[in-house]
Amino acid sequence: MKTKFTRRNVLSKVGGALFGVLTFSAARTSKAVVQKFFVSSQAPKGYDPTKHRWQMAFDIDKCIGCGHCVDACKTENQVPKASTYFRTWIERYIIKKPQPGSDRLRGETVVDSPNGGSGGFPPSMVPREEILKSFFVPKLCNVCEHSPCVQACPVGATFDSPDGVVLVDPNYCVGCGFCIQACPYGCRFMSPVTHTAEKCTLCYHRITRGLKPACVEICPTEARIFGDLKNLTPDDPILKFIQNNKVQTLKPNLGTEPRVLYAGMDKEVR
Amino acid sequence: MSPELTNSIAGALTHIDGYVYPNEQNLLWSVLIVIYPYVTGLVAGAFIMASLVRVFKVKELEPIYRLSLLTSFSFLLAAPLPLLLHLGHPERSFQMMITPHLTSPMAMFGFVYAWYIMAVLLLELWFDYRKDFVEWSEKYTGFKGVLYRLLTVGVHDVSPKALRLDERLGHAITIIGIPSAFLLHGYVGFIFGSIKANPWWGNVLMPIIFIFSAIVSGIGLCVFLYMVVTWVRRIPLDDKCLDAMGKFLFYALTVDFAIEALDWIHRLYQAEESIHVLKQLASGKLFYTLLVVQACLGTLVPLILLGSTQIIRNSIPVWLRRRFYFISCVLILIGVLAMRWNVVIGGQLFSKSLRGFTTYKMELAGHEGWLMGVALIMLPFMILAVMMKLFLPAKSMGADENLPASGPNLPAGMPDAQKA
Repeated sequence: MKTKFTRRNVLSKVGGALFGVLTFSAARTSKAVVQKFFVSSQAPKGYDPTKHRWQMAFDIDKCIGCGHCVDACKTENQVPKASTYFRTWIERYIIKKPQPGSDRLRGETVVDSPNGGSGGFPPSMVPREEILKSFFVPKLCNVCEHSPCVQACPVGATFDSPDGVVLVDPNYCVGCGFCIQACPYGCRFMSPVTHTAEKCTLCYHRITRGLKPACVEICPTEARIFGDLKNLTPDDPILKFIQNNKVQTLKPNLGTEPRVLYAGMDKEVR
Repeated sequence: MSPELTNSIAGALTHIDGYVYPNEQNLLWSVLIVIYPYVTGLVAGAFIMASLVRVFKVKELEPIYRLSLLTSFSFLLAAPLPLLLHLGHPERSFQMMITPHLTSPMAMFGFVYAWYIMAVLLLELWFDYRKDFVEWSEKYTGFKGVLYRLLTVGVHDVSPKALRLDERLGHAITIIGIPSAFLLHGYVGFIFGSIKANPWWGNVLMPIIFIFSAIVSGIGLCVFLYMVVTWVRRIPLDDKCLDAMGKFLFYALTVDFAIEALDWIHRLYQAEESIHVLKQLASGKLFYTLLVVQACLGTLVPLILLGSTQIIRNSIPVWLRRRFYFISCVLILIGVLAMRWNVVIGGQLFSKSLRGFTTYKMELAGHEGWLMGVALIMLPFMILAVMMKLFLPAKSMGADENLPASGPNLPAGMPDAQKA
């Protein structure tokens, strides 16, 4: 059998293949657009994400490290009980006094988060008289403006919702873990149950029904402040918080522009 | 359970030094992800070896041409397996092809892989083997005959004109293949290099380091396979070919060493926020795999051995030179595996809080254990053995049946050794 390679023959075949490849990508793009609409999220029917803009903030000076938020989160979101999976956790920073005779302002910084702060913190191993100061820092997904996790996801299973929450579609995630590596804040984990990436959703199933996230609801000292920037009331806690505090974000040098704000943060917090 | 008790149990289970974010205590990417860039690197490197013959017309390397192409192909067939096995949902992996997220370097995997296997390797192999397929399909019957007939795809034209076209097309494909091989492995380097969250990975040099370590390991693998295969098949070793491979291995290793040294010098000089934790990582958790295995055994010793075969070649007898090549290529293969380990595992041993370290303990059996790792590294060699049985008869490796059989440990003074 002989195949004839005429110019017309070859060109039409190459052209056909090229056309196929081009339309294939267009089909892919339109499918992705459609998926954005039909993606599985925990919002109720009728919830319009474009009419909200959720905002989370922390007042570090108010956090007492009771750990109720960690427990509430684990219960509310069925986070595995093991001490290596957290959607939110609390870090304890202990800054020691400088060595006697040294010309430094402060000594070593000791950080711990035993079981993520769940159930409160045990007394520190650092003797009380050596402590210069100590404070608690609650952590959760930083809801970045330019999320490295969203950028890294190979299938678009994790995405920016228009209401300012970064969500994961558990029915779409392939479980490669690239987003977990890409998150600079250690906020994601691979669920041992679903084998997909999991993270804080700001309790999306609650906030889309007019409730507060579980951790905010339970916080006894109002260290966690939550609000909707598109539906602010004149005396909204989030508004007051921004007015009365100088705020910072975590790791601003990475250009991720976290939307979660911290007041009263120390330079040691990373 | 009291918090103190929970903490002591958690501390005992995972050995944590300093502070790591709670979600970082267990490593996410394990030995499977170490093997993936290793195998892919061998694919790219073996292809570069083949292209030295085809494009750069290095005549001495002709005996190794088909072996290196088949090596590249066998390893490429096995390359996606560790990735697939590692996914939480391997059954959804096709979504990376159907709905790729275009900002993700990982989404490109399917396309780079498909391009490389279909547009480069399969085509090049087919054009190179076409004449043989036609010949063999007439010669053999039974399973082999059917296989070769299928592989001719119905094209039986072996006129000089058709063969000239084959040659020209093969040449063109190799020219496309070289940047493709760079793309294949540079892209793997980019997966790590693009992670700005991780200072050990996020580095513009990462793709280049990956490309050169791939070339080094690929040539090393070809030297290793050539010496082993000639020994197993009892065909004489072509010392000119071996010397040429040694030369290219030395050059590639020198460049690789220079770039990795530049990486470290740059890191140490810039001394960014992360440098303290990286220094501790290199001198602590990675002391054996990075400094001892990768830097000393995998780079410096081969550099000295190969360098001596380049600089004072004439005063080293042939038998000793062969041993130098063999030791060097084995050390290089181990060293590059250690390099992949250091990148993948090392990058997860320290916390992104830059305040502490976790520990990685590999299990023996199990999904991501030692046995699985060994099996996945052995798999491409098994595929290669089958390929060689089918497509690489002893004659085509430059063996002259009139010469007496001899192995790599042939003493100096034998006829083929004197040629060198």
